[in-house]
Amino acid sequence: MTGSPLTRTLDRTSVIFLLFLAVVAIGVPVLNLMLPPSSPFQVPTYLVSLFGKYTCYALLAVSIDLIWGFCGILSLGHGAFFALGGYAMGMYLMRQIGTRGVYANPILPDFMVFLNWPELPVYWYGFQHFPYAMLMVLLVPGALAFVFGWFAFRSRVTGVYLSIITQALTFALKLGFFRNNFGFGGNNGLTDFKDILGFNIQSPETRAALFAISVLALGVGFFICRFIVSSKLGKVLVSIRDAEARTRFLGYRVESYKLFVFTLSACMAGVAGALYVPQVGIINPSEFEPGNSIEAVIWVAVGGRGTLIGAALGAVVVNYAKTTFTTGFLAPYWLFLLGGLFVAVTLLLPRGIVGTIQHWWASRDRPASGDGVAGPTAVDPRPAE
Amino acid sequence: MNAICARLVALVLGLGVLLAAVAAAEAQSYESALEHFTADSYADTDAGLSEIAASGQPMALTVVQALQDGRLYFSAAEKKVYIKDASGKTLDAQSGKPIVGDEPSDIAPVRVNNRVRRSIEATLGGLTLLAADPDKRLEAAQAVFKSRDASVLPTLDAAIAKETVPRVRQALLGARAAIVLNMPGASEADKLAAIAVIRERGDQDALALLAGLPADTPPAVSRAAQEAIAAVQGQVQLWNAVQNAWYGLSLGSVLLLAAIGLAVTFGVMGVINMAHGEMVMLGAYVTFVVQEVIRANNPALFDYSLAIALPLAFVFTGLIGILIEQCVIRFLYGRALETLLATWGLSLILQQAVRTIFGSSNREVGAPSWMSGAFEVGQINITYGRMWIIVLTALVFVLLLAVLRFTRLGLEVRAVTQNRRMAASMGIRTGRIDALTFGLGSGIAGIAGVALSQIDNVSPNLGQGYIIDSFMVVVFGGVGNLWGTLVGALSLGIANKFLEPYAGAVLGKILILVLIILFIQKRPRGLFALKGRAVEA
Repeated sequence: MTGSPLTRTLDRTSVIFLLFLAVVAIGVPVLNLMLPPSSPFQVPTYLVSLFGKYTCYALLAVSIDLIWGFCGILSLGHGAFFALGGYAMGMYLMRQIGTRGVYANPILPDFMVFLNWPELPVYWYGFQHFPYAMLMVLLVPGALAFVFGWFAFRSRVTGVYLSIITQALTFALKLGFFRNNFGFGGNNGLTDFKDILGFNIQSPETRAALFAISVLALGVGFFICRFIVSSKLGKVLVSIRDAEARTRFLGYRVESYKLFVFTLSACMAGVAGALYVPQVGIINPSEFEPGNSIEAVIWVAVGGRGTLIGAALGAVVVNYAKTTFTTGFLAPYWLFLLGGLFVAVTLLLPRGIVGTIQHWWASRDRPASGDGVAGPTAVDPRPAE
Repeated sequence: MNAICARLVALVLGLGVLLAAVAAAEAQSYESALEHFTADSYADTDAGLSEIAASGQPMALTVVQALQDGRLYFSAAEKKVYIKDASGKTLDAQSGKPIVGDEPSDIAPVRVNNRVRRSIEATLGGLTLLAADPDKRLEAAQAVFKSRDASVLPTLDAAIAKETVPRVRQALLGARAAIVLNMPGASEADKLAAIAVIRERGDQDALALLAGLPADTPPAVSRAAQEAIAAVQGQVQLWNAVQNAWYGLSLGSVLLLAAIGLAVTFGVMGVINMAHGEMVMLGAYVTFVVQEVIRANNPALFDYSLAIALPLAFVFTGLIGILIEQCVIRFLYGRALETLLATWGLSLILQQAVRTIFGSSNREVGAPSWMSGAFEVGQINITYGRMWIIVLTALVFVLLLAVLRFTRLGLEVRAVTQNRRMAASMGIRTGRIDALTFGLGSGIAGIAGVALSQIDNVSPNLGQGYIIDSFMVVVFGGVGNLWGTLVGALSLGIANKFLEPYAGAVLGKILILVLIILFIQKRPRGLFALKGRAVEA
């Protein structure tokens, strides 16, 4: 606990990571928009969108890493918060369509006209205003996480029990959002978006801007997480992860700490979802699929839990592999690979890519101390209680 | 209107006389009825129809159908009626045999007008009331109950008088009451009696009938109807509750079958096996393969296919379970959350493997003859498939309970569940117990798969539909006690089915999930939690 909070937050690797993000956030849009399509360095728009999507996944992964890597809360339902943020953004985008929809109704989105809804449901009010929608992007996942977490942590639901009920949570939401009378477009979800803040959502400029904003959001999210885990709060979180009962006996209110990071993490997931929707152009209930949430956890595991950078890296690497695989002749084998990844990472690479490198780096620096490198990066398999 | 009534009364009276007569007289009435057709007047044809319908003669149906199709001929000179069949042969309507020699020269079709056509239709409906097959009669009675067509009343009365099968008689009486209630001319006493009959019937149709009485119903009858509605509603609600309980029991037993293996492994190893649903799926595919082999080699064995598939599925999925435990889970000991991820990965691999081998479409798994069909108890319908699944579940539960209670393996499993380190110190090879328990849990999932193949689509996604529900059962019921799983599964199943009518299937499910999340607040370790030293071991 030395130095100012800022220097504590920004260790060497973090600075490198943030600089890298800054370069990407500026460089990719420039290479996309400024260069002629003939240039070998020109980044095609579809790649910008694709990596914009990956960046949103990376932010989701960082939010999961904050609670799983540092506090030991394995949420198998983080996709729910991601999707809720996405729906909040989707509602704003739906209201922006206005009279350009198929039924040209100035107020009601197409699916409501189709279902003969007489008027806009109350919970859709206000979503035509961008600031309100953005508030909801944070508030809805945050509030759900707060209520859910308050109930769960207060009664000390931990470990696999917590994982299972978070999975049930996202499953229940999926069932709900699939219903037409829920008022969110049923199984078709929200789509056919036209523009965002007056900019055409399809234009390369908007896409480049969304990409830059996503990278910026990832940087901010990463910074917040770094700030938390390098503070005293972060130390308490790690101690909760490693020995919850002891931490409680030492006088810390474990529930409050958990609730705080859980809610914060849900808000970050919501932001990730909100940035994801305009880039892929659709949000539907399949985003609530429990499988999606578990897949997000494996990104973190692949990159290295408890490393934050690893989580972001894992998300991009796994999803890039997924895109490559599922578009080629290997498509039928993708699930074998993904399944194998789950098994292999947990069995052979428990520290993940970044964690393993860090571990190797640290043990090279101090060969004499052997395996004695403690700290937030080392994942202790079984704490002594 | 009065004329019709008078004729009806006359007919009813006439019928009474006719029914008292012997079979010979019946045949006589048939002959005289036939004669009406030779008069070549619509009124006579109509009268002939009514008489023929009441005669109860086996030929009656053929004659009326021939009349409807315009194949009924008559000869005024010979006073005889003929039927031309589809091949153009001429039959004597009286005997039903082909005529000898040439047909009469003055043969002409019996003419019909719209009024006669209507009578024909009503008579045809009525004639099935007299069919030889009781099921046909029952069906006809239900149809009359719905149509309330007053013109079949005479036939109906004839049918009631002859009926010997109690349930058909009940249905016929109900149909008669329905007609009487909607007939303007019927007396108040008749209507009151009819209401009593309907009240007896006591189902949803009875309610609809009583609620929709015609406007000119006398006040006394209306009052009686109101009372009957109240009584019937009570009865219907009771039967609905019984039906829901049955469905709930059925769903609960399926949940129990799917969850019990999960509960055992979770209890012993503290490990949630996310690939458990895929074990269920594999069990269903074992059934499919067994049935395919039987179909190809020895179709006579088909009725035994499930009995053959049960042990095979148990052994096959059990071995896969042991393999998984030995290759993966063993190395993740003490890292429950990582096990969750690894087994999820295994579930993806298993799903994709099955998809690669069998294709992603649904596979047809047939039901043996003793599993198909249904029977009725009161107003509820019980399918044999569901019933046998409940029986199988009970058997598996009792068997598992016995294994845990009375065998060496069961003793060791219970010891490890309660305190792993202590058990190890006493010389129990916990690693072996882990492997065997995992195999046992997976094997039971395989058995569940055999059962589910009968009521669900056999596809690679079969397991996913049950996995969350099974988790809920385990979370709700608690760990380390099979009774907890039993209570959890049955109460979830029944609660689901009772919520469904009010909230819809999806909202009901959501409500259940929310209730469980709230329940966990009160009892974080489930209904039947382990107590004492075992808890944090």
